[in-house]
Amino acid sequence: MATFKEFRNNVKPNWCPGCGDFSVQAAIQRAAANVGLEPEQLAVISGIGCSGRISGYINAYGLHGIHGRSLPIAQGVKLANRELTVIASGGDGDGFAIGMGHTVHAIRRNLDVTYIVMDNQIYGLTKGQTSPRSAEGFKTKSTPEGSIESTLSPLEIALSAGATFVAQSFSSDLKQLTALIEAGLNHKGFSLINVFSPCVTFNKVNTYDWFKENIVNLEQFPDYDPSNRIAAMTKIMETNGMVTGLIYQNKERKSYEDLAVGFKQEALSKQDLKLSRQDFDKLLTEFK
Amino acid sequence: MISQLSWKIGGQQGEGVESTDRIFSTALNRLGYYLYGYRHFSSRIKGGHTNNKIRISTKPIRAISDDLDILVAFDQESIDLNAGELRPGGIVVADAKFSPTIPEGVQARLFAVPITAIAEELGTSLMKNMVASGASWGLLGLPMEVFNKAVEEEFGRKGPAIVEKNVEAVRRGAEFVLEQAGGPLDEFKLEDADGKQKLFMIGNEALALGSVAAGCRLMSAYPITPASEIMEYLIKKLPKFGGTVVQTEDEIAAVTMAIGANYAGVRTMTASAGPGLALMMEAIGLSGMTETPLVIVDTQRGGPSTGLPTKQEQSDINALIYGTHGEIPKLVVAPSTIEECFYDMIESFNIAEKYQIPVIIATDLQLSLGKQTSEALDYDKIVIERGKLITEELPPNEDNRLFKRYELTDDGISPRVLPGAKHGIHHVTGVEHDQEGRPSENALNREKMMDKRLGKIRDLRVTNAIKAIAPNENPDLLIIAMGSTGGTIEEARERLTAEGISTNHVMVRQMFPFPSEMLEPHLAAAKQIVVLENNATGQLANLIKQNIGYHDKIRNLLKYDGTPFLPSEIHKACKELI
Ligand SMILES: Cc1ncc(C[n+]2csc(CCOP(=O)(O)OP(=O)(O)O)c2C)c(N)n1
Ligand code: SF4
Repeated sequence: MATFKEFRNNVKPNWCPGCGDFSVQAAIQRAAANVGLEPEQLAVISGIGCSGRISGYINAYGLHGIHGRSLPIAQGVKLANRELTVIASGGDGDGFAIGMGHTVHAIRRNLDVTYIVMDNQIYGLTKGQTSPRSAEGFKTKSTPEGSIESTLSPLEIALSAGATFVAQSFSSDLKQLTALIEAGLNHKGFSLINVFSPCVTFNKVNTYDWFKENIVNLEQFPDYDPSNRIAAMTKIMETNGMVTGLIYQNKERKSYEDLAVGFKQEALSKQDLKLSRQDFDKLLTEFK
Repeated sequence: MISQLSWKIGGQQGEGVESTDRIFSTALNRLGYYLYGYRHFSSRIKGGHTNNKIRISTKPIRAISDDLDILVAFDQESIDLNAGELRPGGIVVADAKFSPTIPEGVQARLFAVPITAIAEELGTSLMKNMVASGASWGLLGLPMEVFNKAVEEEFGRKGPAIVEKNVEAVRRGAEFVLEQAGGPLDEFKLEDADGKQKLFMIGNEALALGSVAAGCRLMSAYPITPASEIMEYLIKKLPKFGGTVVQTEDEIAAVTMAIGANYAGVRTMTASAGPGLALMMEAIGLSGMTETPLVIVDTQRGGPSTGLPTKQEQSDINALIYGTHGEIPKLVVAPSTIEECFYDMIESFNIAEKYQIPVIIATDLQLSLGKQTSEALDYDKIVIERGKLITEELPPNEDNRLFKRYELTDDGISPRVLPGAKHGIHHVTGVEHDQEGRPSENALNREKMMDKRLGKIRDLRVTNAIKAIAPNENPDLLIIAMGSTGGTIEEARERLTAEGISTNHVMVRQMFPFPSEMLEPHLAAAKQIVVLENNATGQLANLIKQNIGYHDKIRNLLKYDGTPFLPSEIHKACKELI
């Protein structure tokens, strides 16, 4: 059995020292080992941004695609080979701005993909512009007078889009984060894990200390029932979106792969491509 | 006895024009006639004039005709709009209900049949189309059993009572008109066909069938005219082979999902038209850069923007060649017949995997939607080639190195493993990368990788990258075209030849990389050259000039009013050029 060390490679991340993304990388490596994966059984598909580099920093199959499109690529991988464990990953700009359309529809589609968003409330790679996750009034290079757009609540959107797994965590809380990623990997369907992952270089407001002060950990509520969608929505609203932990899980709904009529149980990628003469002739009769 | 005939049915969209055409042509196909169809429609579902035209022949035909023999009309508008096409002595079969009249100056014979009245008598005006088609079938004197069989197949799902009613509607329509005409019309008696079973389909079906034959098992797509039939066919068939179709949220998702699935080892396609292709451009670059196979169909329609969504055009060629940013290897192929739609699809999947590149198959609306007779499709020509795909187990890597997915090789093509393979781990990124797929900004590496990728396709030629009919050593005129226009050109050439004008004809099937060396001798030999295209700027002519030359000899023949060329138009224009 592989340990988390086997999910490490010898590529040195180009993240700034102290960037929250380091812990997300470590948590993915641990969670992958904890759920019993071998490196070749995992595919990490990432978007573009500082966070998007993560697929290159994990010893597994990885594809670093284009900005905002990690989810459709990841879903394609899963459809082609459902025996693979597929993680999609990227920043809040990647997933909630340019890629928001895909995020909502990936949630609706409910293919078995685990989506980990590194949410730093700012654009890191392009050096500090506002993100849909930035607070109103937040000053950035692109909002010198402060952001005048409302802050997007991905958790509420996920719930209303029919998500079957919604979690949130904080990169400093490696234990919780690892456990949630494990739960996401084990969930049969789409899982969204939004991770507060501070950008130490460009976001001087939403710092590690700020998160520590503002986060509301679900552990404080021993009676909380993550199968209750209304309670989940309420908790998100009550905490102004700062709640962490497993917020909602629906174990009943089947994944897309299981619902698609005729869709193969084994990896489609292992199938013989050649059509039999009989099948071909049968297809032709419709055109006669 | 005649050897060919043109028949048209017109009415309001949603009035049964489509289904009548379908039953009528299915029956003709069963009798072994060669058929070529043309659909005139607009982008509304109900209302608005629509018509379908079929050309029927005892010999292979691949073009719509200039004129019309029989017009079946559900309303006066259909007569007014289409009667001009009727040749002298042609026929109009129309519903007596609206007291049809033939426009002044048109010499046609009118049969006013109580189409609606008969249908209503039988229970529902919905059966109007059966009465009308029965009437026109009757006039042709073709065997009724064959027609009834087609009716049965169309309505079989709805139960025997419905079938019976429709058959009765057909009979009544035929009976009425035959009484009026005094029996089948001799001047419209078609010679017997060869009776051989033929395939009859639209280009989109040929493409979809080709993709199934090629081993495509997934499709991700977003609906658009005139591409949707590909998706609709595959959603019916792929589940039978373990696969599926995903209707995505947009074309960006469609193309990137296809990239993901191809990366993971399943032959996957997407299909769209100009607006969708425009959205896919960044992702096509990702496929080129990461050397991930990808197959995309572009069913060209009238642009720009929403343009003429239901009309013929060939104006995406520039976008397909130059559309993505940066420089990538790719293949743009343009089938010119229904059979090529099928075989090109298979070859495209093979090339996409062998060369590890994006392949775009560009059809046009007439080729994609025109229903026509196809030659037999040969099972033995279905070959699957996956190039340097490694399927056997790999040896362990030395000192923790990654698999060299982008290894520099003589032909520029690197071995490929699929995710899941032990010891095959490597990285894939749209960032410039080294041989193991790791990001690299090293200048020397950059040059090597660019040369590797672009070099892969230098000699890439599809089967029949050009298709030449060149009987003349030094023709007066060389006619060059692409897509669905080939058959029409052949008819125009017959007329030109009869008038003593010698012509050669080349269909260009590969748009990129351009097969200059194949085309050049034909250009050199011709006294004059005309390039015929359904666009306003002469995109193919410009490609030829840019890649080969002969600016002084090349003339444009452009049509961008949304309709395909007619043989007479080509004939006339070519004569004027000489
Ligand atoms: C189509 C496209 N538009 C813009 C960019 C430039 N770009 C790269 S990353 C990025 C946003 C980065 O922010 P986020 O996704 O939050 O990731 P982070 O860098 O903060 O981890 C932008 C706008 C791009 N690469 N592609
Ligand atoms: S800029 Fe911000 S997000 Fe990017 S690596 Fe540095 S700290 Fe991380």
